[in-house]
Amino acid sequence: MMGPETPFGFESPPVREEMESLALSDAPSSNYRSAMSSSLPAAVSAASVDAGGGDPLLYPPHHLQFSPSSPASGDGGDASSSSASSFLEPPSYADVVFSPFESQNNGGSGGADQGSFIRRDCSPRSARTAASDYLKIAVADPQKEQETANSLVPGGATYITYLITTRVRSAAAGEGETGPIEFSVRRRFRDVVTLADRLAEAYRGFFIPPRPDKNVVESQVMQKHEFVEQRRSALEKYLWRLAEHPVIGKSDELRVFLEAKGKLPLPTTTDVASRMLDGAVRLPKQLFGEGPAAQVAPQDVVQPARGGRDLLRIFKELKQAVTNDWGGVKPLLVEEDKEFLEKKEKMQDLEQQLSTASQQAEALVKGQQDIGETMGELGLAFIKLTKFETEEGVYNTQKVQAADTKIVATAAVKASRLYRELNAQTVKHLDTLHEYLGLMLAVHSAFSDRASALLTVQTLMSDLTTLNTRIEKLEAASSKIFGGDSSRLRKVEELRESIRATENAKNCAIKEYERIKENNRNELDRLDRERHDDFLSMLKGFVINQVGYSEKIANVWATVAEETSRYARDRN
Amino acid sequence: MISPETSPPRSSSQSPRSPSAAPFLSISVTDPVKLGNGVQAYISYRVITRTNLPEFQGPEKIVIRRYSDFVWLHDRLAEKYKGIFIPPLPEKSAVEKFRFSAEFIEMRRQALDIFINRIASHPELKQSEDLRTFLQEDEETMERARSQETGIFKKPADLIQIFKDVQTKVSDVVLGKEKPVEETDPDYEKLKHYIFGLEDHLAETQKQAFRLVKRHKELGQSLSDFGKAIKLLGACEGNSLGKVFSELGAKSELLSIKLQKEAHNLLMNFEEPLKDYVRAVQSIKVTFADRANAFRQHCELAETTKLKEINLDKLNLMRSDKVREAEMEYRELKAESEQATRRFETIVRLMNEEIVRFQEQKTADMGLAFHQFAKGQAKLANDIADAWRSVLPKIEACTVSSQHG
Repeated sequence: MMGPETPFGFESPPVREEMESLALSDAPSSNYRSAMSSSLPAAVSAASVDAGGGDPLLYPPHHLQFSPSSPASGDGGDASSSSASSFLEPPSYADVVFSPFESQNNGGSGGADQGSFIRRDCSPRSARTAASDYLKIAVADPQKEQETANSLVPGGATYITYLITTRVRSAAAGEGETGPIEFSVRRRFRDVVTLADRLAEAYRGFFIPPRPDKNVVESQVMQKHEFVEQRRSALEKYLWRLAEHPVIGKSDELRVFLEAKGKLPLPTTTDVASRMLDGAVRLPKQLFGEGPAAQVAPQDVVQPARGGRDLLRIFKELKQAVTNDWGGVKPLLVEEDKEFLEKKEKMQDLEQQLSTASQQAEALVKGQQDIGETMGELGLAFIKLTKFETEEGVYNTQKVQAADTKIVATAAVKASRLYRELNAQTVKHLDTLHEYLGLMLAVHSAFSDRASALLTVQTLMSDLTTLNTRIEKLEAASSKIFGGDSSRLRKVEELRESIRATENAKNCAIKEYERIKENNRNELDRLDRERHDDFLSMLKGFVINQVGYSEKIANVWATVAEETSRYARDRN
Repeated sequence: MISPETSPPRSSSQSPRSPSAAPFLSISVTDPVKLGNGVQAYISYRVITRTNLPEFQGPEKIVIRRYSDFVWLHDRLAEKYKGIFIPPLPEKSAVEKFRFSAEFIEMRRQALDIFINRIASHPELKQSEDLRTFLQEDEETMERARSQETGIFKKPADLIQIFKDVQTKVSDVVLGKEKPVEETDPDYEKLKHYIFGLEDHLAETQKQAFRLVKRHKELGQSLSDFGKAIKLLGACEGNSLGKVFSELGAKSELLSIKLQKEAHNLLMNFEEPLKDYVRAVQSIKVTFADRANAFRQHCELAETTKLKEINLDKLNLMRSDKVREAEMEYRELKAESEQATRRFETIVRLMNEEIVRFQEQKTADMGLAFHQFAKGQAKLANDIADAWRSVLPKIEACTVSSQHG
């Protein structure tokens, strides 16, 4: 802690930068401002100490014995004196002191470091990461590239590519390889969209982490550098989320995205659009009932109708949906799983509360930030006053007063810093709320996968009913004609063919539906488990953070109160 | 609050001391009560005087006073005691809506209490008859005195003075003296420079202090909202985790209250003293103006007297019959000039004493304000730490159970 004798540097007019370099340390503070202004603190991986692996939940809370007396006052100076570099690395300071239960170190702010998403701390999240095939995923080095083929504008539009480096666990590598393998590919945002779309198709019923937004407006409005950095960071986070997912983390789509050099070998979403055009061509044939084109092929059934080529199917399912809602007859198969319906309601409730909590968390963070800022401004004003009294002082009492204001000024500046550090940590902890709110989107998706699979089954069942009815009618009509009606009987045969095919399709669809239901079930369980752990971790981290920093702030002011206590005594 | 204990009376004081106890004069301004209706509503205060000084009517006296009574006293003292830094009053006007808020009333009451006690502990001011009037006379007398002052009809002496001022201003212009005459004392220059600078710096600190109060209130509000939201979120979770959420939410709301309390403490015991000193510095500037006026008068009268003397000598030589008249005029003028010079010199002397006193008081008052500030912040931070710490056992319990469960 700063002793009162530490000299102020009063040679030049105190400006904000100078204020921060005053008194608390002799170390230069050139990057203080940038470190402080970014909401996510500068890369900590270098400075943070790995508190050791293993489940934090098993640890005795040793940091709770963090006593507020001498170690803390020593710690107050530690940030300044111990770290050789900038003394104001908030996370490293806090890490050393608290071993906080942060969910992740969001690396790479402002291009100071390459974004390296190395998880070092112990938290439920890192336990999941440890189970992933991927040891490291980093997104870095944004480059501008020219749009070559398909360029409508001569001179071309440009786009940004990112360098994605991945380190894979040795077991996942090919045979004959020992040790982790590194991959390095270049991807653009469009590729990410493709990846997300393909995953959505392949993993119906799963809670697939939502991809970063396209941000069309922001990309025009924001400063280029800021926007690119924001996107880079979001991409990194997204890829990590995918890698952590017990099922999707092992997917081919992800592997291909991370490892395949050159162009991303996944069908793009525009390809799907052209499939729709193909489907439009097919439609007339379907309507006239010509051959195999008329029926839904079993393999198609496992995909939702929308986005596919089969326009006829889309129409039928739409009709079915309307019948479900408005027709008087209950469909043959309905969502009956009580457990699911309960869980669904719970999810809706959770989403609502998360939304509110997320908002209030933002407000809280802002409140803490504001108070820290104002405290800093107050400190600055007092520093100016001190300097003034010192320069223009004539009487002895003025010297005393100057000394007093200096004490207060220093304390205020210190407290201001502590508030900001506190807040940086708070942001990290409460971020869990925002994350889970985002995850609710994935839950919606998964539930709607289920609903559309159900709809497919219902539609096929309706089809069957219709076909059977037609056969009945034809047979009834035909039986009235003596000797049978060959044309009608032929028709009946055709219809029976149709029925067989449709039965097949229906069985496929039911299998798919059951598969999706199973996925839903497993994912819901996983969500409950992980949410419990993550929330507990969040609360614990938040509380410990508050306790630690409040104790520090209390110390700072207790010293000042002590040093000015004579004024209270004199008054009495 | 400033201690009403007076230091042993200075040599200029005439009051005999009672042998048994040290002399004291202690005043408190309490019990603000809203009186009147509508636009004419105002706040009245109880002013309780406790003293053993013989000039007063008894050991204890209680009167009812309102803000304009304090203004009357201030203005009378400012008129009579030139050269002394009259303690500042809280601001006259306030936004209508705010005028009767509990906070504003409390701030004003505190400021008035400090004001009157500062007067009571000032060696010169406490002997003022106006002070005794203020502390002892009944409300009707007070009202009469007040309305006399604020009337348009000023005393004849004042009118003459105003005329004289105008006269000198006009003659200045006529004589081509455009620049007002000013002192060139380097120490005084330094003092003026210091006071003007001090006002700026103090105003800045006061502004930030006020903002800090607001921030405390805002953070309190955020914590309260956050607590509620967390509780609701916890209701979605079950069992032990839900309990943790609930506990966290409850603590959050508790801390919100503590923050509001600290905001009030900051306002009354840190921001207000700073504001008080801004006003005090502004009051010193008034004294500067008084001194400048006195200096100007002294210079001008000295000048005019000299001219008259020269004229008189001329008339004497000429053996004019206007000599007698001129001599009378000269003698009058000389007396006035000497009076003006004395007035000026008194102001200078008083100011020198006052500035020392001011600095001492400032150090003590600000020191106390700092102490209160630091104490409040330390207590708040400790309360916050304690509140959050108390949640940890529940978190631990939840952690343990989730491992085994």
